[in-house]
Amino acid sequence: MATITINKKELAELLGKNLQDRELKEKIPMLGVGFESIDKDNLIIEINPNRPDMLSMQGFARAFSSFLGVKKGLAKYSIKDSDYKVVIDKSVKDVRPYTACAVVKNLKFDDEKIREIIEVQEKLHATYGRNRKKFAIGIYPFEKINMPIYYIAKKPNDVKFKPLEFQRELTALQILNQHPAGKEYAHLLQGLEKFPFFIDSKNKVLSMPPIINSDDTGKISKKTKDVFIECSGFDYNILSKVINIIATSLTDMGGKIYNVKIVYPDKEISSPNLEPSKMKIDISYINNIIGEKLSEAKVKECLLKMGYEYKNKIAFIPAYRTDILHQIDLVEDIAIAYGYENLEPVVPTIATIGKESNLAYFKEKISNFLVGFSFLETSTFCITNKDVQTKLMDHKIGLIELSNALSEEYSCLRAWMIPSLMQVLQSNKHHEYPQNIFEIGTIFKENPKTETNAEENERLAVLFCSKDANFTQIKQILDALFNALGLKYSTEETDHQSFITGRVARVIVNDQKIAYMGEINPIVLNNFSLEMPVAALELNVTELFNIINSI
Amino acid sequence: MEIKNLAEMLHPLERTVLPVLKENIELKEIIAKIKLQDVEVMRALQWLENKGIIKIKSDAKEIINLDSNGISYLKNKLPERRFLEALTKELSLNEIKEKAKLNDEELSISLGILKRKAAIEFVKDKIKIAENGKKLLNKEFLEEIFLKKLPLDLKELSNEDKYAYNELKKRKKIIKKDVVKLKFVSLTDLYAKISREKIETNVIGALTPGIIKSGEWKTKKFRRYDVKINVPKIYPGKRHFVNEAINYIKKIWLEMGFVEMEGPLLQTSFWDLDALFVPQDHPARSMQDTFFIKNPRYGNIPAELAKKVKATHENGWTTSSKGWQYKWDEKTAKENLLRTHTTVLSAQTIAKLKETDLPAKFFSVNKVFRNESLDWKHLFEFNQVEGIVIDPNANLKNLFGYLKEFYKKMGYKDVKLVPSHFPYTEPSMEIMVLHPTRNEWIELGGSGIFRPEVVKPLLGKAVPVLAWGQGMERIITEYYKITDLRDLYKNDLKQLKESKMWLK
Repeated sequence: MATITINKKELAELLGKNLQDRELKEKIPMLGVGFESIDKDNLIIEINPNRPDMLSMQGFARAFSSFLGVKKGLAKYSIKDSDYKVVIDKSVKDVRPYTACAVVKNLKFDDEKIREIIEVQEKLHATYGRNRKKFAIGIYPFEKINMPIYYIAKKPNDVKFKPLEFQRELTALQILNQHPAGKEYAHLLQGLEKFPFFIDSKNKVLSMPPIINSDDTGKISKKTKDVFIECSGFDYNILSKVINIIATSLTDMGGKIYNVKIVYPDKEISSPNLEPSKMKIDISYINNIIGEKLSEAKVKECLLKMGYEYKNKIAFIPAYRTDILHQIDLVEDIAIAYGYENLEPVVPTIATIGKESNLAYFKEKISNFLVGFSFLETSTFCITNKDVQTKLMDHKIGLIELSNALSEEYSCLRAWMIPSLMQVLQSNKHHEYPQNIFEIGTIFKENPKTETNAEENERLAVLFCSKDANFTQIKQILDALFNALGLKYSTEETDHQSFITGRVARVIVNDQKIAYMGEINPIVLNNFSLEMPVAALELNVTELFNIINSI
Repeated sequence: MEIKNLAEMLHPLERTVLPVLKENIELKEIIAKIKLQDVEVMRALQWLENKGIIKIKSDAKEIINLDSNGISYLKNKLPERRFLEALTKELSLNEIKEKAKLNDEELSISLGILKRKAAIEFVKDKIKIAENGKKLLNKEFLEEIFLKKLPLDLKELSNEDKYAYNELKKRKKIIKKDVVKLKFVSLTDLYAKISREKIETNVIGALTPGIIKSGEWKTKKFRRYDVKINVPKIYPGKRHFVNEAINYIKKIWLEMGFVEMEGPLLQTSFWDLDALFVPQDHPARSMQDTFFIKNPRYGNIPAELAKKVKATHENGWTTSSKGWQYKWDEKTAKENLLRTHTTVLSAQTIAKLKETDLPAKFFSVNKVFRNESLDWKHLFEFNQVEGIVIDPNANLKNLFGYLKEFYKKMGYKDVKLVPSHFPYTEPSMEIMVLHPTRNEWIELGGSGIFRPEVVKPLLGKAVPVLAWGQGMERIITEYYKITDLRDLYKNDLKQLKESKMWLK
């Protein structure tokens, strides 16, 4: 989520109302904006990702002022006609096909305002623009460029210009290798034969989107009064919204918007388009969701409070709003305007019958049974590593690996439980013995027959660790458990490297191998630096549960 | 307490020790007088002190004792004496070594000492005893006298002792200095009173089957016990405290008529994200947030449902939504991951419902994963609490009602909702609860109503689905006053043994 810093004095001017700190702290969250902190001059707020239109102070102030009832309803913006043109060359079609543009005049920039507008641009890039993947915004001093502007793709070695904050000209390819922004965003142009450029009628390069502007024609200064803005990318709808967000913010700073004709090979578009979009309103739908009986007048009042217009069951949605996909989005805004604090909590009198999962209940029974034998239950992670699961246990087993683990220590999913509990014993060597522990946990293995091609099972591990831990003890536990479950089992000798040869058994129920148990091999004890004998059991609880249910 | 009762309370050990006590008696002296082991006497003294009958004063002494060589020299004579005694005639060093049974070190030390005392003389390469040596042979060395006297208190050495001590301490392992702790008894007024009481030694201590059978208890007195005494700690087997909390929360859901959901931890992106209308370029799907699986990298997705989900993402399908307006990619949806939220179970549960099953309520308290480095405030594996109500008549007021009820049972008196944003709910609200002791609002979880774009593809109809959830660790750390999240899953057995019961 993005935070923005707002000057309190400027906010008061934009709001048309002076609010105490306490009121700001109370009211801002009610609009759905996170309140971070406040000091003498500034406040810091947090904007949710669905509201990029509030990433500028002007955008936030517009919404907030309306919410407070100062400047309610749809904010009106007029667009002056011009003959400015941006010509789209067909070469950009497969590279970066679209751009939306505007010209805003009569601005007064100072260092603070320049910083602010760059920040809005960067916040839009980072959030709604997914780090420039979706779009890139360029803002240019109008006085330095000559209309019309051409949007064209060229071979990167054929174009040279001075990128922002650089003293010398570089080719487009050199920019990707040498300029900080070039290096950071080079991946966005990777594999392209031609790169996109904005070039003016005197053949001066304005910028190479989505990387960098030219230092000559793409840098705003205190002298700048008028700006040309563009947003290039892949979805014209998104680009035009972004231009609307910036153009309206600049207008709220005192500017005047002029349109630009975007000339595509097959069509012409006038940009920006600040016509509100329309959505049908169904009052009963709204009331069903909120649970109130709001009148049409009340719904209208709520919509106005949130910056909409309402006429004849139609909501008019500001052209800078990106988040209204469905009527439900309007319902939320109406609910916010109505105020969550005005909702009464109502528990419906519907009858439903609660039910615990049968497997969960079974796991509970087994766990409590073991607690009766004075075992301590542990709770370990499913994510572990290959060494613990195989090498330290002197055992081979197939493991599911993570593709983006942050550390070697936690890089794959466990395929059996005993190693996790051996780690617990290892880290508790300084505590007194006996240390008798158990846990039921999930284990993972590949299985092409399932939806995910992986299979999960719940496994019980029981470990005795004391100077006299032995096979008899662990078999007694198994025997007691199966007696309590009323199940017959048989044991047979088996081979398992982690255990002492001749002291490890496989447990069979209904012809199914369901568990193994034995005394842990001293090689393994050594690997975990344990000096106490360990007797261990690993039981497939899921399978056992299935067997019991099939009987 | 009455003196009489106090006297009756005395343990047999105390009863044995009491008669031999006098002012300033030392522990060793008491032990010498009675047939009890050191620890028993010590225990009796401590009990007497606890009762206020005596006081135990401690002091430390440095005691000189024989070390391993000292013990052997005391038995087999000092090397220098053996050297001298061997010199019945002129002998070479090797011959002396052989005859006196000395090792190299002892030989050279003896040689040095005897030369210094002018007890021997060299004749060419042989050695013979000098006049002084003959005199020495006939009397005990100071060192020998000293060794025989050990142990001695370092502070109480005579001048001769001091000389011998200084000589011997330079040599290897003949003597050592031990710090000995001494315990002296000092008698209190209570002692004077209790010693006047008749102290019965023949009382019943532990009641045994033999005593019951013989009827001995009818004629004898039972020793009175000090019921205030501290007893040694014992520990039961225990459930892990996190599971204790999970069970408590599950109980709340069951009381409220919710059905438990379950399902795999390893899921496809489709169920975890796409089915919840999370666009494929959403930051939550980035490698930084989610654990993806290397093998098996892809899973399978239900074809029919996938068609609807694809259409909903791209253009809203029949949900009256505009959708996200992008090209939905099937391969991306098939990528396996570790579930990032239990909401994946909600999606799968709704997909299995028929209209006749409604209204229905479900919950889960289970594991989820986030690609975080483990530190004091981040876990990559933790538990999430999740509840949904699928009810054609459900609304925001009901959501608020359920939340209030749920959090009341969790021990929070008041709940309020603050507008927020989650990709799969609209409206979306943060849940704030009033902290019971700090009396301030804290954020505990998220809630909302599932978007029509989520519900319609899954259920076939856009019914309101109330949903809420939160990480469970926050509640547990608060209850157990844990500040480092890693402590929840550290599995320190001492901590587990001593963990308190989960009571609310």
